[in-house]
Amino acid sequence: MTYLAKPKVAHPSLPKNPLGFTRRDYEGALSTLCAGCGHDSITAAVVEAAWGLALEPQNVVKLSGIGCSSKTTAYFVSGGHGFNSVHGRMPSIAMGANAANRNLTYIGVSGDGDTLSIGLGQFCHAIRRNLNMLYIIENNGVYGLTKGQFSASADVGSKAKKGEANTQPPIDPVLLALTLGATFVARSFSGDKQQLVPLIQAGLEHQGFALIDVLSPCVTFNDHEGSTKSYAYTREHYEPAVHADFVPRQAAITADYPPGEALPVEMHDGSRIVLRKIEEGYDPTDRALAMTRIQERLAEGEHLTGLLYLAPSPGDFHVANGTPRFALNSLPYEALCPGAAALERTLARYR
Amino acid sequence: MQPTDTANPDYYHRVVDCQWACPAHTDVPEYIRLIAQGRFTDAYMVNRDSNVFPGILGRVCDRPCEPACRRGRIEQKPVAICRLKRVAADHRDDVSALLPAIPKVKNGKRIACIGAGCASLTVANDLMPLGYQVTIFEQYGAPGGLMRTNIPSFRLPHTVLDEEIAMITGMGVDLRLNAKIDSMRALLAQGFDAVFVGSGAPRGKELKLPGREAGAANIHIGISWLESVAFGHVESIGRRVLIIGVGNTAMDCCRTSLRLGAHSVKVMARKPRTFFKASPWELDDAEEENVEIVINRSPKSFVIENGRLAGMLFDRMEYDLDAAGRITAERITGEEFLPADDVILAIGQENAFPWVERDLGIQFDKWDVPVVDAATFQSSRRGVFFGGDAAFGPKNIIWAVEHGHQAAISIHQHCQGESLAARLPPGINLQSRKMGMHEWSYANDYTPVERRLMPHVSIKERFKKLNIEVELGFTAAQVEQEVQRCLNCDVQTAFSAKLCIECDACLDICPVDCLTITANGEEGELRARLKAPARNLAQPLYVSGALPQTGRVMVKDEDLCVHCGLCAERCPTAAWDMQKSTVHWPHAADGDATVRVPQPKIA
Repeated sequence: MTYLAKPKVAHPSLPKNPLGFTRRDYEGALSTLCAGCGHDSITAAVVEAAWGLALEPQNVVKLSGIGCSSKTTAYFVSGGHGFNSVHGRMPSIAMGANAANRNLTYIGVSGDGDTLSIGLGQFCHAIRRNLNMLYIIENNGVYGLTKGQFSASADVGSKAKKGEANTQPPIDPVLLALTLGATFVARSFSGDKQQLVPLIQAGLEHQGFALIDVLSPCVTFNDHEGSTKSYAYTREHYEPAVHADFVPRQAAITADYPPGEALPVEMHDGSRIVLRKIEEGYDPTDRALAMTRIQERLAEGEHLTGLLYLAPSPGDFHVANGTPRFALNSLPYEALCPGAAALERTLARYR
Repeated sequence: MQPTDTANPDYYHRVVDCQWACPAHTDVPEYIRLIAQGRFTDAYMVNRDSNVFPGILGRVCDRPCEPACRRGRIEQKPVAICRLKRVAADHRDDVSALLPAIPKVKNGKRIACIGAGCASLTVANDLMPLGYQVTIFEQYGAPGGLMRTNIPSFRLPHTVLDEEIAMITGMGVDLRLNAKIDSMRALLAQGFDAVFVGSGAPRGKELKLPGREAGAANIHIGISWLESVAFGHVESIGRRVLIIGVGNTAMDCCRTSLRLGAHSVKVMARKPRTFFKASPWELDDAEEENVEIVINRSPKSFVIENGRLAGMLFDRMEYDLDAAGRITAERITGEEFLPADDVILAIGQENAFPWVERDLGIQFDKWDVPVVDAATFQSSRRGVFFGGDAAFGPKNIIWAVEHGHQAAISIHQHCQGESLAARLPPGINLQSRKMGMHEWSYANDYTPVERRLMPHVSIKERFKKLNIEVELGFTAAQVEQEVQRCLNCDVQTAFSAKLCIECDACLDICPVDCLTITANGEEGELRARLKAPARNLAQPLYVSGALPQTGRVMVKDEDLCVHCGLCAERCPTAAWDMQKSTVHWPHAADGDATVRVPQPKIA
C-alpha cells in the first residue's frame, strides 16, 4: 500500500496502440493492497493485455465480488464500467449484464474465497451457461481480508502463519471447470507475466467462458515457510505445461516453433492462439488426458500451468438461446416493449 | 553483465547528473531541498563549499549542470538550477560566522597568486584556513579578474561581486592591487614556497583584414573594450555597431553597446545558428533587446571612407550540411556591405605569457602554452602551478574554481613535502531516507510543473543606466514551484538482491518503466530487452547480483528514474531503499587532520 499515487509522468518512448493509447491509459485507481501483493501484478498483466488488444475502455465491463481480489477491478481500465457485487454473486451480475449487452468485453475478477466458498454455485453455473467472459481467480489459499484463515483452495498440510496445518482437501478450480465442460481452462502465476499476459488476451478473445486460475501469493498472510502458496514455493512447484502465444488478427506468426510442437488455434475474429507444449506427452485438446495429468502432478505437489485445456466453443449463452445479435440498449423502444397486444399474443401461446 | 559495484563512489555520483556535470561537484539537489525548506543560508553554504561564489555563479555560471539535468530528459526543460542558486545567495543571512576560522599562528609557508580572478581567489579560500600566507598580485585597481572586467554589471552587479570576493580577502589575504607582474624570474626570486598563476586568458583574438589599421580608432577588441567599460574609461559608442563573432563575449558586447548609445546592433556570424558558441539563454537575452543576429556572413574587409571606418564588407556564405549537421561544403554566393560606426571583435581569446621567461624550467608547448599536469595543475617547474583560463585556455568560472581547488590540494601537498599524486580519493556516504511505513524524509511526489521563467526589468527601464541588473530573480511563488521540479536524484534507489522475493511490485509501480527482472546478458543485448529499452548509452545500467529465487537479475536503467521512491514504497521486504548520497569531493582542508573546516549543514 502506498499513500502516493503513481505519478502521471511516463517514459517518453512508451509505445501507443492503434487507438493512440499508452499502457498508462489502461491503469486505474491507486491500489490499497499490501505492498508486494500478487494481485497487483495480475492487475499490471491485465493492463498490459488490454493495451495490447487495444480494447476501447468504454466497452470493458469489470465485475467482482468481495475480498482482496475483488478490489483489483478498480485498479485497471478506469475508463471501463465496473460492478462490485455481493460476496460470491459476481457471476449473476455478469450474467445479467451480458444478457442485456453481448457486445461488451467482460472481465470478472474473483478470489479463492469468493469463487470456491461462498460463490461456488454461481461459479459452476456460469461455466455451464458458457457465459462469454474472462474469469480470473486470484488464488492465494488464504482469507487475507479477515487476516489469514485457510481458504477452500489451501492444500492439505499447508501451514498457516501461526503454524497450524490445514487438514481439509482443497477444491481445485481448474479440475472443477474441466468436469463442468469449460472450453478454456488455464492456470498461471502472478510472478510470470510472460505467461500470464497472452493468456489473458486469449481468454478475452475466447467466445465463451474463459477461466484463468492465477496463483497469487498473499505477501502478508501466506508467504512464509510451510505455506504452499508462497512466492518461493510456487516458483519451485510450478511447471509450465503449455505455453500459449496470442497472435492478434493483423499480425503474422513470426516466432519460430519446432515442427510438431506448435499448434495454432484460430479464434472467432481471425486472431490465433499458438499452443506450445512444454510438458512431454501433454495434450491441451484432450480433456480426459488433461485432467489425468493435472491430477497426477498435483499428487506430487506440482502445479501444471499454461493454457491447460482449449476446445472450440460450442457457442456461448446467446448462441444457445438464440437471442438477438444486438445489445438491448440499441433496440428501438417499440421492439423492447411491444405493448399490451403483443403480450396477449405471447401469453396466448401458453394457454 | 557483472553486478554493479555501487561501493565505487562514482556510480551513485554519476546518477546525480547535475553534480556529476558540475566541474566543482556542487551538491545541487541538497541545496535545492534546503531552499525548499526556506534555509537559504544553509543552501548558500552547501554551494560555497564547492563553488565558492554562489551569488556570482547564480547569475553568470555557464551551467553545465542544466543540460545534464534528468528533468530535461523527462520533459524537455531542466530545473532552473542556476536561478535557484541565486535565490539562496539573495536571501541568505550574514554568513561571516559560518566561514572557516583563520589560524592566527601561520604555518610559515608563503604562496603567491598571480591575478585576483576566480582561480586565485579559490586557492586563497582553500589555503588561508590551513595557515598559509597568501599574496595575490592584481594588475588592476580592483580584484575579480574577468568577473569584473568582462561580465557587464547589468548581468553581475558589483555589490555581489565585491561581497563574495571580500569573504576571501577578508581571511587575511595580502591583496596587492595595481601590482602587475612583469617578470616571473623576479617573482620567483622573492622566495615564495609556491606560485599559482591564475592570470586568465587576457588576449583577445585579432582579425587581420584590409582596413584594420586605418580604421583602428573605431575597431575594438571585445574583451579589452568590455574592460574599459567596466573601469569607466569608455562611456559611449557609435549609433551603428557590428559585433564580429557569436560567443558569450559577443553577447556581452552587443548588450553593452545598447547601453552606451548604440541604436542598431548587429551580431555577425560566419555559420548557421547550430554552430553558435554562445549559451542559448545569452542569445535569448540579446535578442530580447532587439539585437539582430545575422548568419552566414564572413568578414572580408573593413571599409574606410575619408580616413574613418564606414562599415564592413562581408562574403555571403552558403553551407551544405550532412545528416549529423556537420558542414560538408561551403561556397560564397555574393558580398554585402554593412555600414557601421564601430566594430567590436569578439572572436575568441587566449592566454599569453610574455612575462614568463622561457629559461625558468617552465616548459611551453608548440602553441606557446605552458605544459600543465591535468590532475595536479603543476607546471614543469616544481612549485609553480597554473589554473583557470591560464592553464588550458578559456573555459568558464566554474572550471576555474575547480582548478583552484585542485591546485590548492597540490600546493598543500607540495609545501608539506608530500607527493602531489597522493590525493584523497572521492568518497560517498549513503543514508536511508525512510521515516516510516510510507514516509520519506524528502518530497518524493512528481510535480508536473514547467520551468519558471526569469522575470526581467522592462525593456524601457533597463537601458537607462549601464548597471541596472536585468534579471530580477525569482519571486517567492516561482521559487516554491521551481524547487519542486528537482527530482532528488541524490536520493538513490539502493537495492539489496538477497532480500528480493521477485514479487514484481516495483516493476509494476515504476511510472517510467526503468526496472526489469530478467536473465542476465551482455550489456548491448540486455539494454534492448528491458521493459523500456535503454537507448541512452550515456546513462549506466544498474545490474544486481543473482536473485535468490530464480537466479535472474534486477536491472535498472538510471536514465529516466524520477526518484519517486515508489519501488521502495511497494517493496514488501525492503530490498529497495531510498538512500541519500553525499559525495565527498576532497578539498585541501580534508587532507589536513589538524584543521577543521565547518561542514555545511544539510537536510
